Amino acid sequence: MKNIEFRTATSAQGGLLVMGGVPGVAAGSRVQVRDHAGRLRSGLVIRCADDAVLVEVFEGTDQLDLERTWVRFLDEPFKLPVSRDILGRIFNGAGLPRDGRPPIISGDRRDVNGEPLNPAARAYPREFIQTGISAIDGMNSLTRGQKLPIFSGGGLPHNRVAAQIVRQAKLLGEESSEFVIVFAAFGASHADARFFQESFAESGVLNKVAMFLNLADEPVIERLLTPRAALTAAEYLAFDLDYHVLVVMTDMTAYAEALREVAVLRGDVPARKGYPGYLYSDLAEIYERAGRIKNRRGSITMIPVLSMPSDDITHPIPDLTGYITEGQIVLGRELANQNVYPPVTVLPSLSRLMKDGVGKNFTREDHPHVASQLFASYAKALEVRGLAAIIGAEELGDADRRYLEFANAFERRFIGQGEDEDRSVYETLNLAWDLLSMLPRDALIRVSEAELAKYHKGVTA
Amino acid sequence: MGRILEINGPLVKLELPETVLGEQVRVGRLGLIGEVIGRDGNTALAQLYEDTAGLRPGEVAEGLGWPLSVELGPGLLGAIFDGVQRPLQAVREQSGDRMARGVAVPSLPRDKRWRFVPDANRHAGGALAGGDVLGTVRETESILHRILTPPLMHGELLELAPEGDYTIEEAIGRVRLADGSIEKLRLFHRWPVRTPRPFKRRDHAVAPLITGQRILDTFYPLLKGGKAAIPGPFGAGKTMLQQQIARWCNAEIVIYVGCGERGNELTDVLEFMPELKDPHTGRPLMERTLLVANTSNMPVVAREASIYVGITLAEYFRDQGLDVVMVADSTSRWAEALREVAGRLGQMPVEEGYPAYLGSRLAAFYERAGRVETLAGAHGSVTLIGAVSPPGGDFSEPVTSHTKEIIQTFWALSKELADARHYPSVDWLESFSGYVGSAAKWWAENVDPNWESARAEALDLLSASEELQRIVNLVGVEALSSEQRWTLEAASLIKEGLLQQSATDEIDSFASPEKQYALLAAMLEIFRQGMKLVKLGAPARRLIQMPVLAQARRWKSQHTSDDIAALKTKIAAIPGEFDKLMLEYEQTA
Ligand SMILES: Nc1ncnc2c1ncn2[C@@H]1O[C@H](COP(=O)(O)OP(=O)(O)OP(=O)(O)O)[C@@H](O)[C@H]1O
Ligand SMILES: [Mg+2]
Repeated sequence: MKNIEFRTATSAQGGLLVMGGVPGVAAGSRVQVRDHAGRLRSGLVIRCADDAVLVEVFEGTDQLDLERTWVRFLDEPFKLPVSRDILGRIFNGAGLPRDGRPPIISGDRRDVNGEPLNPAARAYPREFIQTGISAIDGMNSLTRGQKLPIFSGGGLPHNRVAAQIVRQAKLLGEESSEFVIVFAAFGASHADARFFQESFAESGVLNKVAMFLNLADEPVIERLLTPRAALTAAEYLAFDLDYHVLVVMTDMTAYAEALREVAVLRGDVPARKGYPGYLYSDLAEIYERAGRIKNRRGSITMIPVLSMPSDDITHPIPDLTGYITEGQIVLGRELANQNVYPPVTVLPSLSRLMKDGVGKNFTREDHPHVASQLFASYAKALEVRGLAAIIGAEELGDADRRYLEFANAFERRFIGQGEDEDRSVYETLNLAWDLLSMLPRDALIRVSEAELAKYHKGVTA
Repeated sequence: MGRILEINGPLVKLELPETVLGEQVRVGRLGLIGEVIGRDGNTALAQLYEDTAGLRPGEVAEGLGWPLSVELGPGLLGAIFDGVQRPLQAVREQSGDRMARGVAVPSLPRDKRWRFVPDANRHAGGALAGGDVLGTVRETESILHRILTPPLMHGELLELAPEGDYTIEEAIGRVRLADGSIEKLRLFHRWPVRTPRPFKRRDHAVAPLITGQRILDTFYPLLKGGKAAIPGPFGAGKTMLQQQIARWCNAEIVIYVGCGERGNELTDVLEFMPELKDPHTGRPLMERTLLVANTSNMPVVAREASIYVGITLAEYFRDQGLDVVMVADSTSRWAEALREVAGRLGQMPVEEGYPAYLGSRLAAFYERAGRVETLAGAHGSVTLIGAVSPPGGDFSEPVTSHTKEIIQTFWALSKELADARHYPSVDWLESFSGYVGSAAKWWAENVDPNWESARAEALDLLSASEELQRIVNLVGVEALSSEQRWTLEAASLIKEGLLQQSATDEIDSFASPEKQYALLAAMLEIFRQGMKLVKLGAPARRLIQMPVLAQARRWKSQHTSDDIAALKTKIAAIPGEFDKLMLEYEQTA
């Protein structure tokens, strides 16, 4: 079957091609489409019966006709050849080289869709990764094997934050990073892609990075493949070669939009804002590929970047992502406008794995309590700030005024830091105590009395 | 034998006459399993529990003759199953770390021998009815597994095996049925998951389910046999709260259903359950727990099935006269699975893409909870607690709003509370419980006669403070009278010293009913003492600085549930704390 070209197209429209009378085609199999000019495109069988086969064409159906379109059914799913040589290479969104160098030759070709992990085979992630960023390490820490997205918006420095994490991420006690990196961009601008490339080059890790790029002006449907190809590479590096892999993917919004585009063409019933009901499951197939496996050394830690349409965290894309990932780092415009870098809005940010990866045997015994106290005190301080905006700061009582000062110091000194500033988690915790010491001891009930005695620097009772 | 005509995602059209709706089918060379959801002429439409990639039109298909069923017998506890009851540990041993397709592993171990002790009152020649206890197997130290006669079987017991070790497939007895045929009895039987298991009659639920979580037990109680929902936006704490319940509740069996959620959360449960002790029996929690897992990256049709598998397992233990709790995380993912299939079937969506039967399916599912008198005359219960994950945290969406009409206890989680890391983030104004009256009886008899009024007083304080806070947000706290400021302070004391309860705090993670009441009484005592002073003219400003306020906020993490005496000493000392001020103001008054 692989070698036969069929010329039985019965309709072509908006990326979908219907082939008549091709019996026995496997669901999900890859196809090769040759158009009247001899150009090759690739596609996927998404529905099949003996009398009609529906094919999704990744490069789109523009300039196809029905009479001079030849289709070969390759009888296998999309596969990515994997070998150690993928490190240091640049691929397109479908996993073909785009760096002008020869293709990866390997007898080991993997289905890009992967297979779901047996839940009984997972190992729970517990190893604290120090990113050197206080807002993350102190309050929303990252764990090896976690999926922790950055929720951002147009014009916010998510790329810089992601690059800083990649540069600085290491386990406690390690001199430098042990990670290799899989970078996937879909719908990203050339400028964004260049930014990351340069950043990897500057920190001298280019030979430890595998890149999968589908840029803004490249085929939309191919984006459905890009994260899958990238994660297939990551799984190979992590679970066959024992690497700790850091996967950075940008921008999940472009991915979801591509999915919606295809869903509309297929006529799928929309759920919210035109996105298909299966967006959740589809995103989960991607995000759940992060993690650790029992008795294997490697790991996949995932940092997807996602821009929230109109800064709306309840939009289906961030919403469904938040329902799948193990927390989120939220960047905010307000802080960014005040020149706070990184503009991490800590209250809606969350790391679900932090509770099992910080504290006594991991970082420092006071860490969980300090984090909880910072959240509580900052939430209270924001309330006071809101009040001050109404009644005027001068009308505030003494205690409230201290909270106001705390809020400002917290934003400037704790959240704010340099793009090259790599703080150890101990520096972060000590800084937190400097700030908490601005508040009266009695107001700090989330830290223990022993911790207060040991770390609180204020004299007031 | 039939054949595949068409493949469309998880749906396949088969040429397969004479199949029955709901019947299981085996499809393709891989032998994927699914169920028939529609018939049209000679064709059957089936939804498959596994990914259909690689299937081809023309491949074989056959009907199996039975609906989706579970195996019920010894070997369930401590196990983790997928959405169609495949044992995931055994599947892993057979096919590796990833879920291979078409793997057929029996749900219950076939080679393991169990010590069966026949029931002393059962004799050959006696009548046998469905649900009758044939004997017992001590499955775990804490659970005595009662071997039940299949619910629909009636006849004369011809023979019952003596005490001994049997595998689940060996016969432990024979029955002559009404039609004269003879059937073997085994340690297990099968039951179709979409059919509720029969019982004699529904009972009133009487006892509260103690979860050890103050905001639940003290403020919005749930009864054994009741129905509850936990709605909340992502990250608000639904899973943590359900895990807390699974850990600490005083049920005899806990069924944890991970429906379309994260793999790591199940790993978490699998790792902590064997290490933690049941506070009520002292045995490892895993001995009373079983997991059903269809994670978000596993096939969506099996997700829809998973909650039926879970509830059927729950009913089976109920029928043994046990109190069972089933937590389902998340029912929204189940509803979405329903929606996905409905969409592919081209059924008319009514709201947000959901089919018209969403509400009735949800209601029928929750109806399977309850306290019952079993066929054998024992009493057992299934308590059902479903998480709901509303898109955008909007409680007016279809799944939340339908669920709200069905359940009696509503634990609404709030994003604001979660953002400030006030956990559990159960909103004390939006939540409700229809079981307060029944719970009050239990608390009055077992803990303190004043429970109901104390609870009401605390809730009044909380809602009064909400009003006051609104004023403060407009004009500042200075505008309040001393009485109002003290009310505000007391409410904050209740929030921080009582409602807030961290799951990660070793001492406070579980609070016994006695500890819960002691803390409640303590906070109210402080409030009343202060109010007395305010009425005598003391300014709230002075009261708020009293050290006892900061101290009382720490009591919850200083005293375990076994150490109530020390806590009570502190409570008894509260009036003393106020005496000095009292003296001062009584003189001026
Ligand atoms: N009772 C609690 N005690 C301490 N921490 C909690 C508690 N509840 C929630 N948390 C914190 O909040 C985080 C998120 O909670 P959880 O995972 O239960 O949210 P969720 O509502 O289930 O979210 P999702 O809908 O995305 O699954 C936890 O990882 C934990 O850090
Ligand atoms: Mg959850």
